[in-house]
Amino acid sequence: MGELKKVDFEYSQLNSERMRLNVGPQHPSTHGVLRLEVELDGEIVTEVVPHIGYLHRCFEKHCENMTYPQVIPYVDRMDYICSMNNELPYVMGVEKMLGIEVPEKVEYIRVIFSELNRIANHQIAIATFGLDAGAFTPFLYLFRDREFILTIFEKASGGRLLYNYFWVGGLAHDVHPTFKEDIRWIVKRVKETNKEIADLLLYNKIFIERTANVGILPADVAINYGCSGPVARGSGLPFDLRKDAPYSIYDRFDFNVVTGRGEVGTVGDCWDRNIVRFHEIEESCRIIEQALEQMPDEGDVREKLPKKIRPPQGEIYSKAENPKGELGFYIVSNGKDKPERVKGRGTSFVNLSVLPEISKGYLFADLIMILGSIDIVLGEVDR
Amino acid sequence: MIEQEIYNKLKEHFGDAIVELKEAPPSDPFIQVNPERLQDICLYLRDEGDMLFDYLSNLSGMDLAENLGVVYHLYSMKYKHTIVLKVTVSKENPNVPSVERIWRTADWHEREAYDLFGVIFEGHHNLIRILNPYDWEGYPLRKDYKTPEEYHGIKVPY
Repeated sequence: MGELKKVDFEYSQLNSERMRLNVGPQHPSTHGVLRLEVELDGEIVTEVVPHIGYLHRCFEKHCENMTYPQVIPYVDRMDYICSMNNELPYVMGVEKMLGIEVPEKVEYIRVIFSELNRIANHQIAIATFGLDAGAFTPFLYLFRDREFILTIFEKASGGRLLYNYFWVGGLAHDVHPTFKEDIRWIVKRVKETNKEIADLLLYNKIFIERTANVGILPADVAINYGCSGPVARGSGLPFDLRKDAPYSIYDRFDFNVVTGRGEVGTVGDCWDRNIVRFHEIEESCRIIEQALEQMPDEGDVREKLPKKIRPPQGEIYSKAENPKGELGFYIVSNGKDKPERVKGRGTSFVNLSVLPEISKGYLFADLIMILGSIDIVLGEVDR
Repeated sequence: MIEQEIYNKLKEHFGDAIVELKEAPPSDPFIQVNPERLQDICLYLRDEGDMLFDYLSNLSGMDLAENLGVVYHLYSMKYKHTIVLKVTVSKENPNVPSVERIWRTADWHEREAYDLFGVIFEGHHNLIRILNPYDWEGYPLRKDYKTPEEYHGIKVPY
């Protein structure tokens, strides 16, 4: 054995070149067709430039050539994980312009389906976030439960992902006869799975090591960047349109706005954003249970469907709390049967814009976690 | 604060730069402002103690036949009130001051309005296309837009 050669150098004199790396547009961890141009100093991220538009389908241009009810299927395809929630602000906006008040039963069904879809969305968000961290089992558990929720949607509307179910003035058709039993059963099941997920994933030491103190988003930055939904609430900001600007019948239910508290790390880190989604599933279950109690059995869901949808000249900005945050539609009518302009304020579009700000200085592997914790759907980013 | 109070306060401070307040239910009321002093007005709305519009919900471009418009939907986290601002510029000279420095979220929104309507936001640090390819020609959401025949040898209308 020869003697080890003594090398004489100073770490500070080591020169490293920065490298530009492309992530995506087709990479599983970018959650869709998103391209991130990343500048790296060794393994440290120094700059992130998102390039979007790969899934641009001219939603707003299409809307100008469609009648008001024909827009609803397009709205479904914005955030295709939670289509029910997408339809709600759009139909509410058109109803407000027309001055329609929908029957009680319709409001309850809308709330129940919105909240069920919120659960399905959060289950996907938690599942894929775990998958990004390398946890495969919770993914299977959560997707199994989501499947049951989709079956209920299928029974009611005929579609599993894209429903076209909330119509202007009512619903496409009444719910199936076993609606209440089905939902009581799924709520029970979701609660049980949630307990398992807490043990399997969220309070797992490896998972906490990966996500705590990573991608910290302070509340003031969140507001300035227009973040909403679990991204803003994870930073400790109690901003929830269901409470702050109550729409539909959300003022009748008792539920809490969950915010991040920095339980295992700092307020506003990846873990906080994720735990907000986890607790929101429980809150949604509470809302559904209350709604099932209060819901009237009698009523015709198609009674108020207008024959002609021709809103008077004017404009409206209709917003609602999507699982991902504030989803708004700016609808301008010129008195004809086709809208003059429909602008969709995509939640994921706005939330994604904060990514370059919060991922600087972290490791490259953390960037994937930060992106996963924002929970984007590229259909809504690119529209 | 209701819209009328906000309008009165703005009128007091900025005089002629505030054009009018339009209310016609069920439409949302909005305040038409002059583009020249837009940045001052926005900064005032954001920082004034009893308004604090710290959250820009939405920014959208509009094609108003002869003119282009930009619509700002503001929200206050503290007071939970909203207001809508509107500016109008001509199609020949579509320059609007950027509010990106006031609300950082306006960065992407303004790029989108530039991409789809061709509104030029003065003072924006990186005004490039966002949804369309970077070398796309024309502004697709303008009413007089004609779809190009082909893009890099690919047939566009199918």
